[in-house]
Amino acid sequence: MGNERVNETRRNFLRKSAVLAGTILASSASQPFTAMIFAANQPDKSKPWYAIGIDIEKCIGCGMCAKACKSENDVPKDPFYYRSWVEQYTIKNDGTVSVMSPNGGIDGFMQTVPEEEIFKTFFVPKMCNHCYKSPCVQVCPVGATFESPEGVVLVDKEYCIGCRYCIQACPYGCRYLNPATETADKCTLCYHRLKKGLNPACFEVCPTGARIYGDLNDKDDKIHKFLKDHNTQVLKPNLNTGSKLFYNGLSSEVR
Amino acid sequence: MEHLYEILKHVDGYIYPNEIELQWGILIVLYPYITGLVAGAFILASLERVFKVKVLRPTYHLALLTALAFLIVAGLPLVSHLGHPFRSYEILTTPQGGSAMAIFGFVYLWYLMVVLLLEIWFDYRHDLVLWANESKGIKRRIYKILTLGVTDISPKALAWDEKLGYIITVIGIPSAFLLHGYVGFIFGSIKANPWWSTVMMPVIFLLSAMVSGIALVMFLYMVISWIRKVKIDMACLDEIGKFLFMVLILDFTLESLDQVHRIYEAEESFEILHMLVTGKLTYTLFIFQGIMGTIIPLLILGFFRIHLPKEKLRTPMYFLASCLVLFGVFFMRWNVVIGGQLFSKSFLGFTSFKLGMVGLEGFWMALIWMIMPFLILSFILWLVPPWKKHAENKV
Amino acid sequence: MPPQLKTLLPLLAVFICLFLVARHFLIPESFGKYGHYRANSLDEIAAIPIHYAGKSVCVDCHDTEAALLASDAHSGLSCEICHGPGAKHVDDPENNKLEKPGSKESCGRCHSINAARRTEVIHQIDIKTHNAERVNCIDCHNPHAVWEMKE
Repeated sequence: MGNERVNETRRNFLRKSAVLAGTILASSASQPFTAMIFAANQPDKSKPWYAIGIDIEKCIGCGMCAKACKSENDVPKDPFYYRSWVEQYTIKNDGTVSVMSPNGGIDGFMQTVPEEEIFKTFFVPKMCNHCYKSPCVQVCPVGATFESPEGVVLVDKEYCIGCRYCIQACPYGCRYLNPATETADKCTLCYHRLKKGLNPACFEVCPTGARIYGDLNDKDDKIHKFLKDHNTQVLKPNLNTGSKLFYNGLSSEVR
Repeated sequence: MEHLYEILKHVDGYIYPNEIELQWGILIVLYPYITGLVAGAFILASLERVFKVKVLRPTYHLALLTALAFLIVAGLPLVSHLGHPFRSYEILTTPQGGSAMAIFGFVYLWYLMVVLLLEIWFDYRHDLVLWANESKGIKRRIYKILTLGVTDISPKALAWDEKLGYIITVIGIPSAFLLHGYVGFIFGSIKANPWWSTVMMPVIFLLSAMVSGIALVMFLYMVISWIRKVKIDMACLDEIGKFLFMVLILDFTLESLDQVHRIYEAEESFEILHMLVTGKLTYTLFIFQGIMGTIIPLLILGFFRIHLPKEKLRTPMYFLASCLVLFGVFFMRWNVVIGGQLFSKSFLGFTSFKLGMVGLEGFWMALIWMIMPFLILSFILWLVPPWKKHAENKV
Repeated sequence: MPPQLKTLLPLLAVFICLFLVARHFLIPESFGKYGHYRANSLDEIAAIPIHYAGKSVCVDCHDTEAALLASDAHSGLSCEICHGPGAKHVDDPENNKLEKPGSKESCGRCHSINAARRTEVIHQIDIKTHNAERVNCIDCHNPHAVWEMKE
């Protein structure tokens, strides 16, 4: 008699658990896991959702993008604050990899390593990736940095308390503390220009078309052609930042 | 900013251009250190109250008041480091739910007001009423205000003091874990930084907090007894030493486990971290934190587990051990905070850090922040001395 | 109820009320409209003045140069790459003249030989040896019609 009762209870338990598990499974399929933990906005279909494409094969390291960025956005001229910069990777025949970014590439690059020692060398422009699962937005304690409805990650300099947590959290080194405003600062994708229908400064001045940007919500936008025609990669994909900066021609040495 | 040009000359390898300046300096090393002392001192006090380790009674009140003195100062280096300290109220008005740092305001307030102040109040209320009656002038007024007008000292009311104080202490233990654990989580949850990003970080922070808090109470108990020229209760000191030994072993084990795991898996960041540890952190990690802060105290306290020498020898050894532990835990915080910013997130180079002497982020300011809690503690001990508590409460 | 709670609980209630009132006044009104941030900051950031005018604006006035450029190797370039930010010039052309660079140093930014530049992307020369006695490229090359030599 005792055994039967226990079996009945066990059966009920198993049945209830199955129902519960099934419900959880079904509901998770109907509303896919939208990662409520990290800061992720669902793109608003009525607005543009900006992404960036950089073609490393076309970059000539002129540094005009980095220079124009500082001019357009009144970034302090000292060599410690960059919203956008260019790096040069040089892989020598002996296998050593060296990277340099003299003043962020603003003054251009001089060839310093003799040609015969070079195995491979290329330029990599860097800027804020405007991640859609941005770790920098996730860690802001007060809501001073956020992803705009257009997918641009911005900083509210009137609200930022200058705790520098977001600067620690960005895996790509895109942020700095602006010494003039004592707040966190970064590339805004020239939001002030986008809103006026103008190109962000760095895209405006790129002479080879190595940098493009576009609206992921518009299927005719050139960014879709870029994504389709090239094998693109993002930096540090293992960190799952939802980076919207897609590189073509990203060599395995690039960090 | 001129110092940045100097640091530019010392950049080793490649760093992202924005990484030249270290974002978090000595003040951010101090904050976890001080809150760790608070949490640790409180846990020691609760060992007596909740887990009924009676032999620790002589340090119970001291531990609580120490926790209070340090907590008062804890938030100050943090707020002074902000770019806009006057906007810091935003953490209370619009905390962003995804950020570990956002809970700072509430956890701090909760712990200060509900846990520490209330527990001390319940513990001291009886004495405050009696002292108010015995004193004159300003002191009388202060005591009266501190009683919050609750002057009933009938046995029934006193029983409530005891009961409510006990409940608060029980709530206080997880609160202490939260107060310091979240600081560990602030670092441990940053996936961008492989020196910080580990699941063990909150645990390591908490254990080293307990180690430092216990060492602090041990240190203060000896110093205050020496100042007051009273005899130290050696049974109490031995018991504190025993707890310090056990928690130190646990702390050392888990910190080592974290590193062994890192070495074994040797994932992408391993090479640069290896260079960090064997290069820039050699002194602060191996010598200050490791040998001086952990191994030597472990040897001293471990030796006492086997053989207890005479009191005359034990007391200075306990003093040395507690000082070394306090020194070592400070450098543990240093190695985490500063160490984590010395290497580039490109894993291709290092920047450098020089602690300035003057300025809000300088050595002298840090020293002031560290001395302040001791001054506050002196004031508190003058106002509500544990040794002047009335016989029914004191042991 | 014990006397302690009779005092503490109302104190707690008062504290919470004060906190809620303060919070109401301290939180900016546009906060939370689109997300956990101050919606007004979007407008504030959008209102930042521009420094670069954009090629289409230059072309409006400087149509001759633009026409010449259109059939040149440099046709895809924006004017402000070489001439610098032009928004101030658009507002007040007479008092905000732009620079007209043409030295080997400034042209060399793009055209000097560098192993990292692909030759199919950009024409490169050794600026040290090419017409070594000259300092300015534009002595011979019209920047808007680069293969139409001046001499």
